[in-house]
Amino acid sequence: MDRRVILDELKKVLSPYTENKELLANIDDNTNLVKDLKINSANLVDIIIDAEAKYSIEIDFDSAEKIITVGNCIDAIGEKIK
Amino acid sequence: MSRRVVITGLGVVAPNGVGVPDFLDAIRNGVSGIRYEASYKDLHFNSQVAGSPQFDWNQLKNYVSEITFHGLQGHALGYGIMAALDAWLDAGNGVGNSETLWDTGCVFGSSVSECEVVKKIINRVDAGEAKKLGSRVIEQMMNSSITAYISGRLGLGNRIVATSAACATGTQAILMGYEYIQQGLAKRMVVGSSEHVDPYIFGAFDSMRILSRKFNHAPEKASRPMSQSAGGFVPGSGAGALILEDLDFALGRKARIYAELLGGACNSGGQRSGGSMTAPASAGVIKCISDAVTSAGVNPSSIDLISGHLTATAADTMEIRNWCLALGRNGRNFPPVNSLKSMIGHSLSAAGSIESVAAVLQIVHQFIHPNINLEDPNPEILRQIDPDCLPVTMVEKEIRTVAKANFGFGDVNACLIFSKYNKNG
Repeated sequence: MDRRVILDELKKVLSPYTENKELLANIDDNTNLVKDLKINSANLVDIIIDAEAKYSIEIDFDSAEKIITVGNCIDAIGEKIK
Repeated sequence: MSRRVVITGLGVVAPNGVGVPDFLDAIRNGVSGIRYEASYKDLHFNSQVAGSPQFDWNQLKNYVSEITFHGLQGHALGYGIMAALDAWLDAGNGVGNSETLWDTGCVFGSSVSECEVVKKIINRVDAGEAKKLGSRVIEQMMNSSITAYISGRLGLGNRIVATSAACATGTQAILMGYEYIQQGLAKRMVVGSSEHVDPYIFGAFDSMRILSRKFNHAPEKASRPMSQSAGGFVPGSGAGALILEDLDFALGRKARIYAELLGGACNSGGQRSGGSMTAPASAGVIKCISDAVTSAGVNPSSIDLISGHLTATAADTMEIRNWCLALGRNGRNFPPVNSLKSMIGHSLSAAGSIESVAAVLQIVHQFIHPNINLEDPNPEILRQIDPDCLPVTMVEKEIRTVAKANFGFGDVNACLIFSKYNKNG
């Protein structure tokens, strides 16, 4: 799936976890989930669970730990739905 | 040095009114919040009536951040957050402070961890799907969940205590907050309690055969404290919250003062001499009321109103007897007594705080709320006190001092003495 399509879908997944909607609208591969979007690090697992449900995929714990940026997220999702 | 403790804010989520204005209107007019629960018929419960607040869950978006709201599930949590924040704002405070308020703490109680939240956890784990639980369930199943949400929202930095003492929880939580301020440990305390009676808690009480089951066809008549036709209590849900403040601190910030909390007491009958897991020992109840009166420094003859525990079980008669003995008053000399439970049922842990909000409102607005469903007072009670002590319509009267007590499973008792605020002490 096109990274662009995944990014647009990812914005919807991230939305409940950040108050900065303006920044969310303009995220790119380099946006840091915790530092830039100010997402509580405890909520990263919720984002992964939501993404898993959305795409009917499973992201294992080791892959999940590598998710720091929006780009990492897209990589992890893209790899599973190939 | 003895510090005086005043009430500067009130918040309430009750079956007959959400928010203080609606609740005040309801208790003045004897409005019942008891409704028929169709799902309870399907669950084969004997009792099919309950008091549930008409609560719009989406309103919580005005109380917590969007991120917190997403994933918030516990009803008792929602009720508690709304009551506590309403009380905080009512006291003239704001939210959104970036600094921690070191002089302000919170004592908030509840009965049980939210069964419906726990059920979801159990179902997930048993299905081998623990991985899907996410980060938001522990914070909502821990006993300190409500205090964690309230203190986080308000930035409270003094002691944060989650309590549980069955039906005495709310009263006890208020007393604990009072004691911290009186001891000089805090300037201000957010106190209260919350309860959500879900089908699991309701079913367990139903099985004990202590719920009202003969008025399923007429729910508003089902909760009948002190009535001859009382046949058990009606479970209710909701939350009550008060802001307690050191008098000097309140005066310093020019806060509006609703009333003063003069004192109180809390004890246990030790499950001896007639006391048990489910029944209070009279000696403990009498001692608790007497100690509260002594603590408040008032004469028992100056009590203008008793806000009883009075759940509509066989224990009501004994409770009136205990009040008579504790205050040394009976017959025509007994003060008026009312039970808010006639309108909202018994909201277990939340009972003490919701009834305390009602007690303060009766002092502020100088009235006695009616006992509804008391057209047939129990003759055993009338052998002890005059019928005029049991108002069935709203009475406008000078109310200076109110005694409020609750008694809970485990033979625990708590009693508070509220008074009209007099700046000369």
